[in-house]
Amino acid sequence: MIQTQQLCLKYGTIEVLKDINLTFKSAGITSIIGPNGAGKSSLLSLVCRLQQPTSGTVTLNGEQISRLKSPDLARQLAVLRQENHIVARLTVEDLVCFGRFPYHQGRPKTADMAKIDSVIDFLDLQPFRLRYINELSGGQRQRAFIAMVLAQDTQYLFLDEPLNNLDMKHSVNIMKRLQQAAQVMHKSIIMVMHDINFAACYSDEIIAMKQGRIIYQDCPQMIMQSQMLENIYDMPLKVIELEGRPLCLYYR
Amino acid sequence: MQVDNTANIELPEPINKRRLLPIIKLTANHRLCLAVLLALATCLLYMSWNVTASWEFTLEFRGKKLLTFLIVAIAISTATLLFQTLSNNRIITPAIIGFDSLYILIQTALVFFLGAMQYTQLNVYLKWGIEISLLVLGASFLFQCLFVKKRHSLYLLILIGVVFGVLFHSLSALLMRLINPSEFTVLQDSLFASFNAVDPHLLLISTLVIGCIGIFVSKVHHQYDVLALGEAMAINLGINHARLSRVTLIIVITLIGLSTSLVGPVTFFGLLVVNLAYIVSASHLHRHLIPMAICCAIIILVGSDVLLQHFLHYNSKLSIIIEFVGGIFFLLLILRNKIR
Amino acid sequence: MYKFNLWALTLVIVLCVTSLLIGSSSLNFDVASLDLLLISRIPRTAALILAGTSLAVAGVIMQQLARNKFVEPTTTGTVEWATLGMLLMLMFFPQASVFYKLLVACLMSVIGTAIFLLILRKISLRSDFLVPLIGIMYAGVIGAIITFIAYRAELLQSIWVWVQGDFSMILRGRYELLWLAGGLSILAYFTADKLTLAGLGKQVSINLGINYNRVFIWGLILVALITGVSVVNSGVIPFLGLVVPNIVSLLVGDNLRRSLPLVALVGAALVLFCDILARVINYPYEVPIATVMGVVGSCIFLYLLLGNKRYAS
Repeated sequence: MIQTQQLCLKYGTIEVLKDINLTFKSAGITSIIGPNGAGKSSLLSLVCRLQQPTSGTVTLNGEQISRLKSPDLARQLAVLRQENHIVARLTVEDLVCFGRFPYHQGRPKTADMAKIDSVIDFLDLQPFRLRYINELSGGQRQRAFIAMVLAQDTQYLFLDEPLNNLDMKHSVNIMKRLQQAAQVMHKSIIMVMHDINFAACYSDEIIAMKQGRIIYQDCPQMIMQSQMLENIYDMPLKVIELEGRPLCLYYR
Repeated sequence: MQVDNTANIELPEPINKRRLLPIIKLTANHRLCLAVLLALATCLLYMSWNVTASWEFTLEFRGKKLLTFLIVAIAISTATLLFQTLSNNRIITPAIIGFDSLYILIQTALVFFLGAMQYTQLNVYLKWGIEISLLVLGASFLFQCLFVKKRHSLYLLILIGVVFGVLFHSLSALLMRLINPSEFTVLQDSLFASFNAVDPHLLLISTLVIGCIGIFVSKVHHQYDVLALGEAMAINLGINHARLSRVTLIIVITLIGLSTSLVGPVTFFGLLVVNLAYIVSASHLHRHLIPMAICCAIIILVGSDVLLQHFLHYNSKLSIIIEFVGGIFFLLLILRNKIR
Repeated sequence: MYKFNLWALTLVIVLCVTSLLIGSSSLNFDVASLDLLLISRIPRTAALILAGTSLAVAGVIMQQLARNKFVEPTTTGTVEWATLGMLLMLMFFPQASVFYKLLVACLMSVIGTAIFLLILRKISLRSDFLVPLIGIMYAGVIGAIITFIAYRAELLQSIWVWVQGDFSMILRGRYELLWLAGGLSILAYFTADKLTLAGLGKQVSINLGINYNRVFIWGLILVALITGVSVVNSGVIPFLGLVVPNIVSLLVGDNLRRSLPLVALVGAALVLFCDILARVINYPYEVPIATVMGVVGSCIFLYLLLGNKRYAS
């Protein structure tokens, strides 16, 4: 269980996050939604120790993450940021192998190689295995990065807009794979999501943010109501029911 | 980073308040007038301070030197400003694209092949002709790279220029190895910008060239304001970007070549004055920026010469000091994040 | 990839033998020849290999730290800072032993490189080509400071000539510090994985449990020490640290554990080749290797910039 207590983040006088008190369960898919500039990515960075909060704490199973050792933490939680600009020429296999770094510290054993193999299979990356990532298309590269954090094999997986650059087919594919990981392997996957319908379709829980605060935290059925969504996004929209699932229409 | 940016857009006030002269809200025109007056005053001071010889001699001697100062100030500040507008970047100076290295190479080669004696006796026009034509030759090669292979970015072009600079530098380093120390002294003296030993005929040519460029720039200055928004936006707003940038690059190279052949390479002086102009002029229009940069250049150049000559009694070369100060100023600007 | 390593190793051996055989006096099977070999030829060849290897490795590390393909100690001001250290020592403590000169030069290059990387963090970068440009500007600033001080101290020619890479004065007893640079390169190999990860960025490194700052500082120290040693000992060889890693990257990619041996071998081969060229081009006189490398290196660099589709945008 990951918890935050009174988490605040300020840049000068601008408050990006205000008093965030949250609990992330140890299994299931959680989506974080909200308008641009709500502080979603900042929250993710703070929880994953990529950035230090101005005040407040984050705890993993009751222990403060700032007190835990970084290499140990890397076996407990993995994070993938939105922009992954890489100059180095690495193959997909190299990249995924680095996902196992917290376990092998540069000397991969057979178990690590097996895990790398299975992750590459899991995300259909076998044909690109020996290709250089800077020569892949945006979608293939995104899948390679997801493969890297999946290879890290952590209880918690934080993804910042994982469907960036992916077409419909691969988006659905990735979401299904992530759902599978959450249900079969009991992992906890926390994602910042842009597409509200994707979030509703695959999440067990949705966290809605606005202006640096959490305004709702509930199951998708409760969030997916036009009144709630209008409060979050400050725009008129419509929620309809299609095949027993809520669907949000906001295109016009 | 993202948050910082949005903050800047939403809250422009605190940034405005940090500008120079916070108390009096001077318009850009007022500031420009002040700068022009200050520049004139500096020139006047330069001409009249502490005259010991006859007025006639002083006027001729100092007038020639002042004219050199003015030409160099105009050439360097305009070239740097236009180059920065073109490259959309405030840290870059045209001086890094290898022209000074080419210049050093030419001079070294002349000393090497002719020997120090002949070199000092060489016809000024001939020397100037060789230098300028080689510089222009180098420039046209650079254009070849830019406009034949259009897909390349401007930064790449600049980088290519820099690499050529290293090539020239390596070659001149080789020649310097083979020159004996006494000849090296001759070379060293001609390599470092010298404001004393300028031929009057060169001044005439330079003035004419600068006049022509001035007329052109004054006609298209508003196009430069658009050019500063970046290539895509400039094209979108109907500027013939390819043509304008080609012409601008030619202007920049001519100006740099001019100033280099007059007083040798000066790298950071242009950066110093142009960045000062950005800060002081409170305007993004080239109508204000160009004259302001020129005024800054004149004030600094002429002012520091007065200072050196009459108060510190000349014990180092002006150009080396200006480079030194300019370099440090520039470093501080970057470190204090004043440059975008 | 082992295929490439094998080829490079063969090349290095061939060049080594050539380098040993070239010289103004020919080798015979007698005592004088043996002395010549031991005192001059072998130290020179060893110095070349050590300098080439370590400068190429320094370049590749610098590229990981700056996350840019076009930086190396000569395009980041590192060399200039080391030179500044040298200059100050020449001015104030001309009697000081080489060790102290080295110490000061290294210290200055640590400071200088750190400032460069600080500058990189402060400005938002829109182009990969901009990073080396800023580095070169920065180097120019330090160069202006050096010129100012050296001109006043009348050390201009000696400092210019000193910094220029030259192996003609290498004799036994006058190059051994370069073994330090060689040792540092081997140390770099043992931390290759962490350096590669640092090249993937701070966030990726932290996510994988790497102490990013520590790796960063470690890389910084490696680069600065290698640069300092070569500035004090043999001068600087421009672009070596830039072109070698780029060539190797095209061949085997950037996973340092895999590519570092090849970087070292190619670095040694290139330096040996340029040195041989420098010795025969104007026989029996020698041309400084920095000059030859400046020409060869700029040509390769220009090819990388213009001839390669990958960098065209």
